Amino acid sequence: MACQHRGKVKDLKLMANQIRRDVVEMIYRANAGHPGGSLSCVDLVTALYFAVMRLDPKRPDWPDRDRFIMSKGHGCPTWYAALAHRGFFPREELWTLRQHESILQGHPDMNKTPGVDMTSGSLGHGLSAGLGMAIGAKLNGQDFNVYVLLGDGELQEGLVWEAAMAAAQFRLDNLVAIIDYNGLQLDGTLGEVVGVEPLVDKWRSFGWTVFEIDGHDMEEILSICERARKTSTPVAIIAHTVKGKGVSYMEHQVGWHGAAPNEAQFEQAMAELDEERGLIS
Amino acid sequence: MTKPMATRQAFGEALLALGAEREDFVVLGADLGKAMFTSAFQQKYPHRLINFGIAEQNLMTAAAGLATVREPVVACTYAVFAAMRACEQLRTMICYPNLNVKVIASHGGLHVGGDGVTHQGTEDIGIVRSFPNMTVVQPADARTTYLALKAILDRPGPAYLRLTRNPVPPVYDADPSFELGKGIWVKEDGQDVTLVATGVMVAKAIGAAEKLAALGITARVLDIHTIKPIDKDAILLAAKETGAIVTAEDHNIIGGLGSAVAEILAEESPVPMARIGLRDVFGESGDPEQLFAAYGLSADHIVEAAQRVVAKKA
Repeated sequence: MACQHRGKVKDLKLMANQIRRDVVEMIYRANAGHPGGSLSCVDLVTALYFAVMRLDPKRPDWPDRDRFIMSKGHGCPTWYAALAHRGFFPREELWTLRQHESILQGHPDMNKTPGVDMTSGSLGHGLSAGLGMAIGAKLNGQDFNVYVLLGDGELQEGLVWEAAMAAAQFRLDNLVAIIDYNGLQLDGTLGEVVGVEPLVDKWRSFGWTVFEIDGHDMEEILSICERARKTSTPVAIIAHTVKGKGVSYMEHQVGWHGAAPNEAQFEQAMAELDEERGLIS
Repeated sequence: MTKPMATRQAFGEALLALGAEREDFVVLGADLGKAMFTSAFQQKYPHRLINFGIAEQNLMTAAAGLATVREPVVACTYAVFAAMRACEQLRTMICYPNLNVKVIASHGGLHVGGDGVTHQGTEDIGIVRSFPNMTVVQPADARTTYLALKAILDRPGPAYLRLTRNPVPPVYDADPSFELGKGIWVKEDGQDVTLVATGVMVAKAIGAAEKLAALGITARVLDIHTIKPIDKDAILLAAKETGAIVTAEDHNIIGGLGSAVAEILAEESPVPMARIGLRDVFGESGDPEQLFAAYGLSADHIVEAAQRVVAKKA
């Protein structure tokens, strides 16, 4: 199965820029959310939804679609924006984030949002749920892949490693874990809280094939996703990212884990993203 | 099914029988193939049983993920691990998305005996009963274990099936009419009190009713195999027609059947009632019958409670 590069790299970069704009606007309008960890995973999610995954927005329940789980559920504004731009629901829905009766819950709900394959938000569950889906594909003789996006702080949850151990045991070559390694969690840097290094060795020792990439380099993301399909083991992609990527005052800042921008900050973010858009080649 | 049989063993036999009838469900285990009698199913259908090892949280969240691709999923472990080690998995990953996962929870109650408190699930019903979308079922004997498993497999959505480690005597000598959410009137001719029991305590309640008859008190016996959704109509009928109720369960009196019945009576039809169960204490190791006598769960305790509530009637 070849990588279906529907868009050129430039188009993907433009889409990522648009998703960043939407993410900031969603959180600004909702006056709540998690901008830092949403922005760090935009390029990864954009690559998956606009180049890598086998999807049909008209059939969100298509049995043979590739699955995506946002285990770091607080990053859902990015997922929602990608789903909207991919055609799963109208973009206008984005401005209802976190509101009463919205299809866009504060954390992903598979029964409310078209295209959301698994409920998440309680950290640590996503890889295990993806493991179950990958097992289901094998049991049913289906050839879809399962992509799970994990936060780095989330790796402190024991369940992640229960799932990692089992995935290797069951030889699930259809399971890909992508770690959004931005280095920050709510209380500080991972190193200050409970460090997860050596991360490559950890996954490798659990029987996974490990790739390490720049999580903001679109070409590298695409080429690794291609290689990830050709292994006989589950794959962990450790994507080095910047929390708050794209908005200067949010980058590398713990304080932007779970805070909404005010009006002036919102305007500045939009101006910066406009400027970035002009530079995309 | 005339001999006593542990309902976990009856489950294993039912699984094998139902596995031949329907090809859809998959069984997930947690290194308890022999203990939960799923080994025979595994031998016959090796591709339909997956052993997750000693990792119950992974078992339950993976069951949720799997159920989005292949259903129903039958996830087996002990009650303490299902309801407590994997509590949030049941709530957030199975019940909240309303996924078609059947949680099979062996080793319910003090009846576990010798293994002691770590393996006696005595608070599990109270926990899982509080989760929206969850159906909670506890069969009284081997025969109804088959019927219960069949019924939960036939109804989409999350369910919790609580089983016993040790043998329980047969309550039914033929298949009763078994419908989820409908209690079974094991004895419906009493006038003075209704004994509302679940699981292993149904047999105790029958024994208690016989003893009460000798004391001149006529008691009905209602088997509440489905603790949620509970058969409210049957309980209100019992309150109206007998005016007194004793609940009996092998579980803490907080949160389980007694609580569920008290909730209904308090809101709709207050009558004298008493709850038989563990009185907010942990158990200990020992022979199940000795433990039942020591912790207030014997037929004699039900008799005493019935006499008390009958005396309170106006």
